[in-house]
Amino acid sequence: MKRHLLSAADLTREDAELVLQTADEMRSLADRPIKKLPALRGRTVVNLFFEDSTRTRISFEAAAKRLSADVINFSAKGSSLSKGESLKDTALTLEAMGADAVVIRHGASGAPHRLAHSGWVRSSVVNAGDGTHEHPTQALLDAFTMWRHLGPRNGGTLDGQRIAIVGDVLHSRVARSNALLLQTLGAEVTLVSPPTLFPVGVETWGVETSYDLDAVIPKADAVMMLRVQRERMNGGFFPTAREYSRRYGLDGRRMATLQDHTIVMHPGPMVRGMEITADVADSQRSVIVEQVTNGVAVRMAVLYLLLGGSEPAGSLAEPVETPGDHS
Amino acid sequence: MTTYLLKNVSVLGGEPQDLVLKDGVVSTGSTTEGVEVIDATGLIALPGLVDLHTHLREPGREDAETVETGTHAAALGGFTAVHAMANTEPVADTAGVVEQVWRLGREAGYCDVFPVGAVTVGLAGERIAELGAMADSAARVRVFSDDGRCVSDPLLMRRALEYVKAFDGVIAQHAQEPRLTEGAQMNEGELSGRLGLAGWPAVAEEAIIARDCLLAAHVGSRLHVCHVSTAGSVEIVRQAKARGWNVTAEVTPHHLLLTDELAATYDPIYKVNPPLRSAADVEAVRAGLADGTIDIVATDHAPHPHEDKDCEWAAAAFGMLGLETALSVVQQTMVDTGLLDWAGVAERMSYAPARIGRLSDHGRALEDGAPANLVLFDPSVSRVIDSSETASLSRNTPYAGRELPGRVVATFLRGKATVLDGKLA
Ligand SMILES: [Zn+2]
Repeated sequence: MKRHLLSAADLTREDAELVLQTADEMRSLADRPIKKLPALRGRTVVNLFFEDSTRTRISFEAAAKRLSADVINFSAKGSSLSKGESLKDTALTLEAMGADAVVIRHGASGAPHRLAHSGWVRSSVVNAGDGTHEHPTQALLDAFTMWRHLGPRNGGTLDGQRIAIVGDVLHSRVARSNALLLQTLGAEVTLVSPPTLFPVGVETWGVETSYDLDAVIPKADAVMMLRVQRERMNGGFFPTAREYSRRYGLDGRRMATLQDHTIVMHPGPMVRGMEITADVADSQRSVIVEQVTNGVAVRMAVLYLLLGGSEPAGSLAEPVETPGDHS
Repeated sequence: MTTYLLKNVSVLGGEPQDLVLKDGVVSTGSTTEGVEVIDATGLIALPGLVDLHTHLREPGREDAETVETGTHAAALGGFTAVHAMANTEPVADTAGVVEQVWRLGREAGYCDVFPVGAVTVGLAGERIAELGAMADSAARVRVFSDDGRCVSDPLLMRRALEYVKAFDGVIAQHAQEPRLTEGAQMNEGELSGRLGLAGWPAVAEEAIIARDCLLAAHVGSRLHVCHVSTAGSVEIVRQAKARGWNVTAEVTPHHLLLTDELAATYDPIYKVNPPLRSAADVEAVRAGLADGTIDIVATDHAPHPHEDKDCEWAAAAFGMLGLETALSVVQQTMVDTGLLDWAGVAERMSYAPARIGRLSDHGRALEDGAPANLVLFDPSVSRVIDSSETASLSRNTPYAGRELPGRVVATFLRGKATVLDGKLA
């Protein structure tokens, strides 16, 4: 693997499969009484969050702690980060603290790229979501979730599996990362969106695109619903929330057209009633809660592979015997 | 005042000859008495370059550039006249501010500074500024622009175009439809979609240019289009000229050389407005400059302090330096490619911009009696650009580390050397 994880495009198929296999090992740890490994003992992971995202930060924090890393949380709320102090100055501070990995969430597309390539820090940089660009660990956890559900009936891979990603592709870092990673893993991706919410140039992404949700989902093996912010109405991307839901929301009627094995996903946080109805989100097909669990395992795998080892996780040491370390 | 004898100089790339610079004027005869001889063998003499689009930042942002440092950079780039854009603090929207900038240029003495007046008060796009007072001031303003902002209100634009007819002025439009470019960060295309950077679509430039050409034709006024950057814009200007409309246009050196691919680095040294465009657009603006559709090269020299570029892309300022590298970029993109000869360069970087700005003592052919404003350029050498070597107070050159052809050897302003041996005199 490369030293940084900035884009899903940084991962070769071998890299991505190694992450999935490692995550699988990490996930089995969750079933053990002591959920902690010494793999990153003495290493420091900084969560640098310029944008509020409790769920992603908690997921990375849990992942780092389960690998026995020291975790420092820098959060924009109530600190110098929200206004004034620059990304560069913050980076220099982190460098002085001896961070081994910086997990960065930033509202500006490319901020993790700048952090990694400007010579400000020597640590590994993990993109935890940048602007409307990418969110590679979300794509990895999504792929991991699909692989666990669809892999067993497909020779252990996602080759040829049809994945529908539905919603605000234009502003979605999740869609970009998923489109890249799922293609790397051999899946066939169809993006479904109103024409106003497709980025210019999407026809060069190597994916199928459609404006017609009903035509796409009966063939899909997984349907991923993207969050749609109501504010987009004010930008004129669609006329009303009701019209959006009617044309692009996943409700019980549409769910009935899915194949038996098809799973329903959502990166969260959901806007229930907008892109997905409660009965769908809470149905047997929904793997939304499992995505959260898998998020920790995948982020453990990413941190482990970036910081520690290139070894498969099977060679990981036994769990540590000191439970309950809350640093 | 020193009299210079330029031996074996190639005027506009022609046969070697001697030129004498005496008492501020050019003479083509030879003299040997009491002169300083410069061996100009292999050097090209061009009339002093005239930039129609320079940001000198003074007053207000003297941390980025001053009239003095900006004119030093101009002289080093071979310029003898620059037009200082109005987006200073305070805005150059009154006779007082334009006279201040004009005087600062005279005091610095390295390059004539012709202030551009704002079209609207405070660049706010609401009320026309006192254009007549600026025209009648000591600065004799003829070029008016809200550059950095577009005069997007069509009625206001119409009135401005009409009003400046009284003093033979021209409106230089920064063509950017504001609603189509809200939050825009880079050229809208395949790459902006991938990078997740908000797009600045070509149509936002082209729609304004088309509208302004129609307005200028309707009211019979002069329109100048700043920094044309797209193939579509070139085509619109070409059609306007074919209809005989009084429209001129400029292209920047960076739009002649650089493409939007550079945004993939997320390094905001490449962030500029209008944005770097596609390779096809670069081809089109080169062709437009070659066939005269685009009249001139203008630098849009835009200094910014380090901290405004040493950050994430979205937080960075738009703009790049251009004065000291303009002629080299034009050599690389237009001369070395065979698209222009040196006479064509003189037309596009001196004669034509001086005509558009209604300057009488700049942009003159190097003939007997002409003001001795000229540059000696060595096209045979090349140099690697080092951002720390610029005379500008700012360092935001997009060419750092690049090898560019040619070097300004000397610049003369009214017969006085402002640059000798490639250094400020
Ligand atoms: Zn401009």
